[in-house]
Amino acid sequence: MMSNLTGAERTKAMIITGFGAMVGLLMAIVGHDDPMGAHGWITLLFFGVLFFVVGNAFYDPEPTEDRAALYYDDPTKVGIILALLWAVVGMSMGVWVASQLAWPDLRFDAAWSSFGRLRPVHTSGVIFGFGGNALIATSYHIMQRTSRARMPDQISPWFVLLGFNLFCILAASGYIMGITQSKEYAEPEWYADLWLVVVWVVYFILYMRTLARRNEPHIYVANWYYLSFILVVAILHIVNNLALPASLTGAKSYSLFSGVQDAMTQWWYGHNAVAFFLTTGFLGMLYYFLPKRAERPIYSYRLSILSFWGIVFFYIWVGSHHLHYTALPYWVQTLGMTFSIMLLVPSWASAGNALMTLNGAWHKVRDDATLRFMMVAAVFYGLSTFEGSFMAIRPVNGLSHYTDWTIGHVHSGAMGWVAMITFGSIYALVPVLWRRETMYSWKAVEWHFWLALTGTVIYVFAMWNSGIIQGLMWRTYNEAGTLRYSFVDSLVAMHPYYIARAFGGLLFLTGACICLWNVVMTIRRVPLLAPALDYPTSSEAMEPAVPAAE
Amino acid sequence: MFKKILKPFARFFDFQARTHYRMERHSMALTFGIIAAASVGGIVEIAPLFTIDDTVEADPNMRVYTPLEQAGRDIYIREGCYACHSQMIRTLRDEVERYGPYSLAVESQYDHPMLWGSKRTGPDLARLGDKYSDDWQVRHLVNPRDLVPESVMPQYAFLLETLLRTDDLSDRLSALRAVGVPYTDEMILNAAYDATGQANPDGPHADGVTERYGDATAVRYFDGRSDWVTEMDALVAYLQILGKLTDLPEQMQPVAEE
Repeated sequence: MMSNLTGAERTKAMIITGFGAMVGLLMAIVGHDDPMGAHGWITLLFFGVLFFVVGNAFYDPEPTEDRAALYYDDPTKVGIILALLWAVVGMSMGVWVASQLAWPDLRFDAAWSSFGRLRPVHTSGVIFGFGGNALIATSYHIMQRTSRARMPDQISPWFVLLGFNLFCILAASGYIMGITQSKEYAEPEWYADLWLVVVWVVYFILYMRTLARRNEPHIYVANWYYLSFILVVAILHIVNNLALPASLTGAKSYSLFSGVQDAMTQWWYGHNAVAFFLTTGFLGMLYYFLPKRAERPIYSYRLSILSFWGIVFFYIWVGSHHLHYTALPYWVQTLGMTFSIMLLVPSWASAGNALMTLNGAWHKVRDDATLRFMMVAAVFYGLSTFEGSFMAIRPVNGLSHYTDWTIGHVHSGAMGWVAMITFGSIYALVPVLWRRETMYSWKAVEWHFWLALTGTVIYVFAMWNSGIIQGLMWRTYNEAGTLRYSFVDSLVAMHPYYIARAFGGLLFLTGACICLWNVVMTIRRVPLLAPALDYPTSSEAMEPAVPAAE
Repeated sequence: MFKKILKPFARFFDFQARTHYRMERHSMALTFGIIAAASVGGIVEIAPLFTIDDTVEADPNMRVYTPLEQAGRDIYIREGCYACHSQMIRTLRDEVERYGPYSLAVESQYDHPMLWGSKRTGPDLARLGDKYSDDWQVRHLVNPRDLVPESVMPQYAFLLETLLRTDDLSDRLSALRAVGVPYTDEMILNAAYDATGQANPDGPHADGVTERYGDATAVRYFDGRSDWVTEMDALVAYLQILGKLTDLPEQMQPVAEE
């Protein structure tokens, strides 16, 4: 890794990591009697290790070959490995907290291991750790390939990738210590949030600079999606995290908004974290890796335009469907519901576009588990967006809200769509990235596919059942006109489903572990094979970066 | 199949595709297009909530959290209680019958951030205050399954052994005032005293609490211990005030929608 950095870049890296370490030390000192102090030590350790890694290789020979002739893949490789490590951590946490609901004493009586503190470690671990690293890594790959250009420098991709991981580490370790803003999916406190803003600005500039170097007149559709992911997540993150720290030497802060305005801002953020973190970025993956793997052009260019702008415009309105029948004004609820239903059009346009792309390649779907991952992802994308629009209808939401149905819906999207497209992309990407002939074991890929699919189906069915039973029990009346069931009755009814859910999650986790093993073995054991034409060029004569329309 | 369905719109799509084909050659055009398209919804839905007056009901008698209750609220957040408990009773008949009058916007107007929640693994807590005794709350938090054998809630026995930190409460209250909660200078200055006073009725600081926060303020040994002010004191004080900052919901005697 270090051998690709020039002397000037190594100096720059030393300055940045040295500065980061000093900031960490400062935090540790001023926050010594607050949990923030622990975060200071973590920051110091993180940058300190990087400082020594760079310093250790400082006087090694500098790179000699013409770097512009090659893509810069080192950060992508590290990003893929980090994504898989976070997947294992985040999903393990998920299995653990799911088991706590079935067997509540599984927390072993420690303060840090309660459901309330571990649950955000699971959600942030999979969304930001696994999803975020996969998005950053694949975006580096895709922006270079579809632009036929190398990234403009070698420091900023590392800064973004490692800086983002520092944010994830601060988030996860913070929850365990009780540092949280309580805003779902935006729990990290003010200093971590500020750090993410810095990382994100560098990410955006890096993306634009790479696009500016492109040897293709047009910006490929996958890049539109990644661009919307970067831009809108920045807007959401900044607005929802506006908060005033109680003191600069402590972690605690108070949100600028309160009550109903805070609820609307939070769910404007919350649902668009689903939209612009968990959907558009992964659609970018889909729009690149699915046509590549199927060796078929995207079915319809016009449909991709329609669905892209439809998603960007409609999604932002729908957050208020999380607040039906609450103290939020009725007109805002109605707007949220209306746009949620309209959103089905661009969502299904995307899913349909992906599936129609597979026409003529269905025999490959049958034979190739990697492509099958992507196909199933598109199917689950279609299913869960339909379910989402349905659940946003006010009376349906009256039943489903506050119940496990919501959890089932989220996981059909997160496991069935987001994780499946990511695993499919990883299996397609790893041999190209490490210049290998193929994955180490195609049988392991098959096993992973069936474990993931079975796990998802068990999970989702368990939560559909428990959610609907729960919702119905809460509103069942007996003949005397009083409520039939106490809350505890509904809780007892959940027990078998909570066991089934933990089991489904365990299968999914097993699949992720197999994937990590398979990737490591591919890197270590499979013979080298350089793919043809995988370098920056402006030649029009060579084959297109993505299969072109006929 | 799609092509057939979309045929009537062909001219629109032609125009759109031609325009887009030019636009997607410019990264800045895409950037500004995305920002513009993604801004509309938020502006239309969020901005009016700050300007339309009847979004939040007016209640001049609405009380603020005492320092002890606010400290309890911060513990509630720290432990992630909101992950399983909502504090928002919806306008549905069964919810009103199960939990009490539906929640009004004014009830959370001093909640930075709000804790409406999104999931009920446990029951709603919006009207929990005074529903159970302090003793019940403490024993339930120490081990929920002692009182409710079917419960899956985690145990919080350590709260009873952890001293409450009060030296940062003035900072916390003053930050809350900066974001809009009407704490007075006196309240901020005495925050640490008031916190210990509220959990120690026989101590020297008890009178100050009722003086500053009203005679109705509960001043008790919330955790049953008279030796120390613990985190359990704070959390129970907070749980016992839930739904009691204003009596507007009862006054309005709301009738459920369905």
